[in-house]
Amino acid sequence: MSIVQASMPPQSATAELPSVWQRLRTNKNLVALWFMLPAAAFLILFLAYPLGLGIWMSFTDERIGRAGIFIGLENYEWLWSDTIFWLSVFNTLLYTLIASAIKFAIGLYLALLLNRHMPFKAMIRAIVLIPFIVPTVLSAIAFWWIYDAQFSIISWSLIKLGLIDHNINFLGDTNWARGSVIFANIWRGVPFVAITLLAGLQTVSPSLYEAATLDGATDWQRFRHITYPLLTPIIAVVMTFSVLFTFTDFQLVWALTRGGPVNATHLMATLSYQRGIISGRLGEGAAIATAMIPFLLAAIAISWFGMQRRKWQQGSDND
Amino acid sequence: MASVQISDVRKSFGGFEVLHGVTVPIEDGAFVVLVGPSGCGKSTLLRMLAGLENITSGTISIGDRVVNNVQPKERDIAMVFQNYALYPHMTVADNMGFSLKLRGADSNAISEKVKKAADILDLARLLDRFPRQLSGGQRQRVAMGRAIVRDPQVFLFDEPLSNLDAKLRVAMRTEIKELHQRLKTTTVYVTHDQIEAMTMADKIVVMQDGIVEQMGAPLELYDHPDNKFVAGFIGSPAMNFLEGTLKSNGGQPCVETASGAKLPLTMAPTASDGRPVTYGIRPEHLEIASDGIEAEVAVVEPTGSETQIVARIGTQDIIAVFRDRHDVNPGDKIHLKPRATAAHLFDKDNGKRLNN
Repeated sequence: MSIVQASMPPQSATAELPSVWQRLRTNKNLVALWFMLPAAAFLILFLAYPLGLGIWMSFTDERIGRAGIFIGLENYEWLWSDTIFWLSVFNTLLYTLIASAIKFAIGLYLALLLNRHMPFKAMIRAIVLIPFIVPTVLSAIAFWWIYDAQFSIISWSLIKLGLIDHNINFLGDTNWARGSVIFANIWRGVPFVAITLLAGLQTVSPSLYEAATLDGATDWQRFRHITYPLLTPIIAVVMTFSVLFTFTDFQLVWALTRGGPVNATHLMATLSYQRGIISGRLGEGAAIATAMIPFLLAAIAISWFGMQRRKWQQGSDND
Repeated sequence: MASVQISDVRKSFGGFEVLHGVTVPIEDGAFVVLVGPSGCGKSTLLRMLAGLENITSGTISIGDRVVNNVQPKERDIAMVFQNYALYPHMTVADNMGFSLKLRGADSNAISEKVKKAADILDLARLLDRFPRQLSGGQRQRVAMGRAIVRDPQVFLFDEPLSNLDAKLRVAMRTEIKELHQRLKTTTVYVTHDQIEAMTMADKIVVMQDGIVEQMGAPLELYDHPDNKFVAGFIGSPAMNFLEGTLKSNGGQPCVETASGAKLPLTMAPTASDGRPVTYGIRPEHLEIASDGIEAEVAVVEPTGSETQIVARIGTQDIIAVFRDRHDVNPGDKIHLKPRATAAHLFDKDNGKRLNN
């Protein structure tokens, strides 16, 4: 703002005022606005508009091929008493909680491991990324075979080892199915957590570890007092993303189980798709999708306030 | 407090040897400075002393104990790092008390010791701050405080002043020296700055390419450098070196340069007439005299307390420093006379000292 004011001559000046065009041309705020326009247009068109439309749709009874009319909260009232919807909420929370926690634990462990000096370091780091690079649907199909009721390699191996005597019905049994999709999600999500935390670990100066070693810290104390606290900002960001990705997961579950058996693996995203697109009840599907928003906002809020507490990161504050 | 004995220590990284048998005795309570150009192995030696690097061969003892296979934390040493290595997520007090906390000291004892160290270093009002909120000099002091709190047998300093600006560096130099005089803890200090070495050390160890070139008291090194490297490394502006051959000159030995100038000596090694040598003379040991060597003034640099004159003898630049203010200008011809008693004579090939 000060720039704008500085460039404007005082009102009392007798000199000729620069033309409006000239003033606009040199106005930095206006120029900045023009530069932001493409990004803003893109975000509005592909993010804000669909989001707004989705929320609006959740207040209508729109179906595929038939425009809806405004019905207020009727969709939500309907969902409130829908046990399958509540089951999907439970499934989503269970899925997110377990998968994220395990992804964090394994990811952190892998990152610590990869941060050490070892032969073929670059290659091993690249290999770790593979599950992340493979298209989700492809890995889902691979898991589909691994979990197949008849041809599962896991069942086959365990039978050969003599540990079990018949095939495990991975995707046909409620609890096995839940475990199986969670495992597949973990397999896919670990590289993201591991590589990002590894990047964070590499920002920690080695001399801090040396100083801690001389101060008498054991391996565990170095992790507890140096690595972990210095990594928390990155952990907060990574885990926020990880939770958001997991909570909104669709592809993997849809490709593996389509929500079955008996809705045991239906997540909010897959249920929304089934109701909205497959069954054609767009309004109801939109309402399920919209119901995810509070959960996501809560996840973001937790990490936001978690990050704000760390005073030592904020520099410049000298008092 | 303890003495430190470094005996024939070697260090190899892979197949590459960087320290070729270094022996340095360090007396109890001494302030020893390891100095040398970068890559000379001084920091490696310090890190070996700290236990951060393995010792390939030879022994290091602290007190009566050989510490080759002793864990860093059991060596009872404290180190101040070049980048201070302060824990960014801990307050000044927590940084200083961290080692005590790890040892399981109770919090009253910790805060008491921290407070005592903070008083010594004038950090008392900064104890609640985080490292980011401190200036370079304050961080440096916290790093020292962290070492003091430990009350170790040996302090190690790894180029602690190189991240500070010139003025602060001089101030901290004095502060560290004062601290040492007060605590009398054996100190090993690594630097590439010979002024730091000269001003702070009881004993300087000059290193180059993994060997010790010379060790001794600062002025001993200044007055009697063992070789051309030490002569050129210690002292600022550096010693002037002129190539020439020894001439007996009928009882008045001198070094004659290619351009025919005769550089005076008080004595020369016997039976060395015609031997190619390097003649070394410090800038402050040149005076303007009519019977000196003719030189053309190239640059005049007054610093106030003294004046530096860069002059050219033949094709070679020579630096002279005068406390008096001579009225000379670039392009002037002056006559510079080396003080014969202060001349240093080195073998031209291996750089070894030849006179007394």
